[in-house]
Amino acid sequence: MAGAATVSLPAPRSGGVVAGLRRHALPVAVVVAAIVALWYAGAVLLNAPQQVDAFVRAGTPDYSTADLVRETLNQKRPVLPSPHQVAAEFWASTAMVAPTSKRSLIYHGWVTLSSTLLGFAAGTLFGIALAVAIVHSRVMDKSLMPWIIASQTIPILAVAPMIIVVLNAVGITGLLPKALISMYLSFFPITVGMVKGLRSPDVINLDLMRTYSATKRQVLWKLRLPSSVPFLFTSMKVAIAAALVGAIVGELPTGVVAGLGARLLSGSYYGQTVQIWAALVAASLLAAALVALVSVVERLVLARMGARA
Amino acid sequence: MTSAALLLILGLGTALNVALVRAAPASAALRTGRDVAVPLVFGVTLLALWQVAVTGFAISPVLLPAPAAIWGKIVMEYPTLWADFSQTFLKGALLGYAIGCGSGFLAALLVDRVDFLKRGLLPIGNLVSALPIVGVAPIMVMWFGFGVGSKAAVVVIMTFFPMLVNTLAGLSAAGAMERDLMRTYAASHGQALTKLRLPAAMPFVFNALKINSTLALIGAIVAEFFGSPVVGMGFRISTEVGRLAIDMVWAEIAVAAVAGSLFYALVSLLERLTTFWHPSFRAR
Repeated sequence: MAGAATVSLPAPRSGGVVAGLRRHALPVAVVVAAIVALWYAGAVLLNAPQQVDAFVRAGTPDYSTADLVRETLNQKRPVLPSPHQVAAEFWASTAMVAPTSKRSLIYHGWVTLSSTLLGFAAGTLFGIALAVAIVHSRVMDKSLMPWIIASQTIPILAVAPMIIVVLNAVGITGLLPKALISMYLSFFPITVGMVKGLRSPDVINLDLMRTYSATKRQVLWKLRLPSSVPFLFTSMKVAIAAALVGAIVGELPTGVVAGLGARLLSGSYYGQTVQIWAALVAASLLAAALVALVSVVERLVLARMGARA
Repeated sequence: MTSAALLLILGLGTALNVALVRAAPASAALRTGRDVAVPLVFGVTLLALWQVAVTGFAISPVLLPAPAAIWGKIVMEYPTLWADFSQTFLKGALLGYAIGCGSGFLAALLVDRVDFLKRGLLPIGNLVSALPIVGVAPIMVMWFGFGVGSKAAVVVIMTFFPMLVNTLAGLSAAGAMERDLMRTYAASHGQALTKLRLPAAMPFVFNALKINSTLALIGAIVAEFFGSPVVGMGFRISTEVGRLAIDMVWAEIAVAAVAGSLFYALVSLLERLTTFWHPSFRAR
């Protein structure tokens, strides 16, 4: 339908707002609509057997198809909750309860967010420091770089519970253990991107710095760091998403009572599928918001530095 | 005493590496040997520091077991570790990896034919890559049970989108000149695909295969935290943590690290063999 409507419109001049909308927003909207439709269809299909059982047990085996569809979309513990159920649960656990309540996703989201941001900040600083060391020292480059790459083939997420439990045993609890996992996950993209970025200045510019007889420190501050900024932001987008995953998985071990990960785990223990999906939606929104935030800062900083839009 | 030993080891390792890096190897083979030796020396230094620090400062094995103790555990518990490895990696992770990468690749081939779909799916695919997809693990365990199926399902979902997005990007990587050349040959869509665009997309496909190789292991292990049979690396890690048998956990980590690195190395080797023409593999 939407496709047919646009075809009949006259071709817009390139670069116009309408053209931009039609090129990008419309296809995305159609695909999202298709996903939601598929989701509803899936919910009906997956929940139907359970619902048929319920009808039979309730002594009303002569149900109509409309009844079946309506009931499958409104079960209490569906196999696949329908989008509007998830939306309702999300609304109920964000807007309808106080943000300080244990039932509020805002409270759990905040717990996750704070360790994500702490880990991300520490990981970014550590990653930049490592990259600066690697660019300036051949010994560091040769001995560290292979290990940094190998470190990421280790499924650190899988050992997150151990880190949490062991640090708990020595009395380090709360934010720090989770932030440590976030930091481990986020330093890698930063280091790799920054090594590339710090080496990105052209030979001609480095030579110019030499003719000025600039010290290593001056080359770093006045040439290498400014030209690495675009690389830094690209890496930060990857790193902040990784940091969030780290924080969520860090909340999985039992004993942690707050955070989106803990919410996932308790939902899985008690079979509260709607609660799991609502927590997933919250985590996804958080991830999207964080990446968008980095993008906005990127655009502002690059514009300030005189990059072409 | 211990501190002196630590400083000595650190100094020796650093001095050896500085000497190795400063040395000017005569031949290419020697240079390759040097490039392998330097990280090895660094790693051995690190292990030695770990061992001496743990024994010297008498750190409780519950907190951090010594490398020698972990190695002993690996040798002793070899059958258990192998059973866990084959359950999690050979069954769950590899199955999901194959299905996820395969379906992502095929979906990209289909989507590539419809420009409208491509413009709609790419932003969504990029967004999904940033989402914490591991979170679907509890749902998959509910749907597919405690067995291998749910682990594979998590891995499929985690690996699908990186493959889709990368393959789509790769399929548009062939230059306009080469495409025009295909047109002048009157090549069909299939011919242009197999002879030009797929080969050009291979570096991107391998990028996704490499990203996915680590994601697959992570997905399979994390999914086991939400329910598993009494075998598997994730199951072992979570139960042994509960019993504070940390040396066994480290043994599992060592197995996972070696498996992950080997898997990654294997994909990289395949990449070298397939995309030998790519500029990044030219001899310097």
